[in-house]
Amino acid sequence: MEFGYDKLLQMEPYGVPKEAKQKALAERLIELTERHYNSCCEYRRILDVLGVDPQKIHDCEDIPLLPARLFKKVDMLSVPREGIVKTMTSSGTSGQQVSRIFLDKETAADQQKTLVKIVSSFTGSNRMPMLIIDSPAVLKDRNMFSARGAGILGFSIFGRDKMYALDESMELNVDGVKSFLEKHSGEKIFLFGFTFMIWRHFYKELLKLKKQGINVDLSHGILIHGGGWKKLELEAVSHREFCESLREVCGLRDIHDYYGMVEQTGCIYMQCEYGHLHASTYSDIIVRNPKDFTVAGVGERGLVQVLSAIPESYPGHSLLTEDEGELLGEDDCPCGRLGKYFKIHGRMAGAELRGCSDTYERR
Amino acid sequence: MNGVEYLAGGPEVSNTPLPAYSEEALIFLSDLSAKLLHDPRTRAYPDVTSFGFWCRKANLQKLKEECADRESRLGRGLAFHVAPSNVPVNFAFSFAFSLLAGNGNIVRVPSKNFPQVQLICKSIKQILPDHSEIERRAAFVRYPVDQAITTGFCAKADARLIWGGDDTVQAVRSCPVKPKCIDLVFADRYSICVIDGESVLQADERSLKKLAENFYNDTYLMDQNACSSPQLVLWLNGGSEARERFWGAVAEYAGNLYELQGMTAVDKYTQLCEDAVERPEVEKVLRQNGNLLYRAELSGLPENAGDDLRGRGGYFYEADLSELSDICPVVNEKYQTLTYFGLGPERLRKMVIDDHLRGIDRIVPVGRAMDIGVIWDGYDIIGTLSRIVQAG
Repeated sequence: MEFGYDKLLQMEPYGVPKEAKQKALAERLIELTERHYNSCCEYRRILDVLGVDPQKIHDCEDIPLLPARLFKKVDMLSVPREGIVKTMTSSGTSGQQVSRIFLDKETAADQQKTLVKIVSSFTGSNRMPMLIIDSPAVLKDRNMFSARGAGILGFSIFGRDKMYALDESMELNVDGVKSFLEKHSGEKIFLFGFTFMIWRHFYKELLKLKKQGINVDLSHGILIHGGGWKKLELEAVSHREFCESLREVCGLRDIHDYYGMVEQTGCIYMQCEYGHLHASTYSDIIVRNPKDFTVAGVGERGLVQVLSAIPESYPGHSLLTEDEGELLGEDDCPCGRLGKYFKIHGRMAGAELRGCSDTYERR
Repeated sequence: MNGVEYLAGGPEVSNTPLPAYSEEALIFLSDLSAKLLHDPRTRAYPDVTSFGFWCRKANLQKLKEECADRESRLGRGLAFHVAPSNVPVNFAFSFAFSLLAGNGNIVRVPSKNFPQVQLICKSIKQILPDHSEIERRAAFVRYPVDQAITTGFCAKADARLIWGGDDTVQAVRSCPVKPKCIDLVFADRYSICVIDGESVLQADERSLKKLAENFYNDTYLMDQNACSSPQLVLWLNGGSEARERFWGAVAEYAGNLYELQGMTAVDKYTQLCEDAVERPEVEKVLRQNGNLLYRAELSGLPENAGDDLRGRGGYFYEADLSELSDICPVVNEKYQTLTYFGLGPERLRKMVIDDHLRGIDRIVPVGRAMDIGVIWDGYDIIGTLSRIVQAG
């Protein structure tokens, strides 16, 4: 019997208690495991070599892991190549290997639907005027297009009357932003961008302007940002300082980081108002002890495994990342959202450098 | 030269040779040995200890006596060493061998900041002023990859000792040298272990534990990251009972000592998946003690094993041999060390020579893979780095 993804997608993103979620997610993930085992010869070989019998998997924790890095080295598809409508790649500077993720029509559509369910539960379902804290060059320059471009395109569905806040050379277009805000005064503004780009090209410019007496008011804005903290950690900027600085400089209070990766687009992990990253009904995280991959408990640091109920066209429903994380709890975050909530401590020491905005270098 | 840091010694290095096994060299090295072995910081580094132990007076005296024609040997002049980046103390051995041969030495130490390198260089720096003949013949330098600097050092060299991967070797060898300069190249190599299963079954608990400890020292101790560290374990008479007994003992020993890094665990697991996809000869991969020990079981020996079948941090390939000579067709010049348990070294050496193998330079018992010596990679290092003064 096919369960399909729709059944899961009809559920609330943060409203399903633990037992019900684990049951529904396990059914779907087992279905995906069998599907990929039967349709992707590389996936089948890996399970055979590991000695895993897909018939003997009963819950989410038993779903075999694929290292996310494997998608950089091997092309893996569970549908015929003719069915691929989109190939996603992770960002990478020239010479770096990039992940290649193959999407058919259904998987691409499910990613989009999932993102809408998750994000609109934070932003509301109305489209808002959207300020993209990036340069339009990101979508034009083929070398820059990838996770960054895909992020912008993906989140654009939540906005209308879109405007890029930065020009082609990553300079802040102050006049443009001011007239955009005047035009939409009194409306809620949706801001989207990558953490490091926001800090360097937006926040720092706003700070300079403020000292010159020029103020930009974004107290009616909601910011969603992603792409990792590595570069900001090098500048010793914490998440807290990031939020406080933005609030001081332009009144922006509604700020949400998200955790996600190109290998599981759609299933992002949004940060709540208490600063916790949340797994939605459509995905999950498991923190594992590096020594033996056993499941770590609340408060224990370990390697992050991400599960997504979406991927049908490639075997990416259960991935071992190179990130170190820590489960904070399940179903009991003070924000009221159900599901696991957690914290990411960055890449495991010694991990090869990769990431979205993290590979961006100032020229 | 700009960008060159001198950890010991200075830019002027004499090329006036000393006799092989000169008193000056022996006294200097034994002083260094005493200094290192008495330094409490040395205890944290077994590799520094074994270097200190190797260059103590008695051992050097023994090596000197083994060198029959030492009275007619003199150093070639000035040697330039490019040390390997993965093994912290090899620069010190490379230096000591060349000094014993009678040469002045410019030693490029690994650019990675190993504490062992600091420790040894500081000790050398401290004792050099008491050894004026050695002081004018020694410089320990560190610099980032820089072809111009390397070219400068190469121009003066009468011998080069080049340790490193194929790219490093190529880059250094492309620098021009004097017509009579000789090169000793210690390139990337591959090592294997041959075990007789019957002998494992017959071993008592104590010898089994010793075997596990020895195997651990050859492999895990260096994260399997040294050329002489076995990557491939080959079994003679290797039934599953013998194998489980051996690996069980190894996993138990390693479990108490080996610190598996999170990233190494990811690396090993990723390699497992890649092996599954790319290597049809990998039948299954057994994982023991969590991620501590990975054993990739091969259905046969691939010809390119020396290039492809390499693990790190406790990832081994293993295969059955129906007879010893099964390995002959795959052995090429990449193969360096063969460690053995339960079979005799003479039998193995006879195989290498009688079957005209292009590789395998060293045949040592399990536990001795890391013991570097004056014969290495098939070279008589001291003989090669000195010249014979013929008379009569």
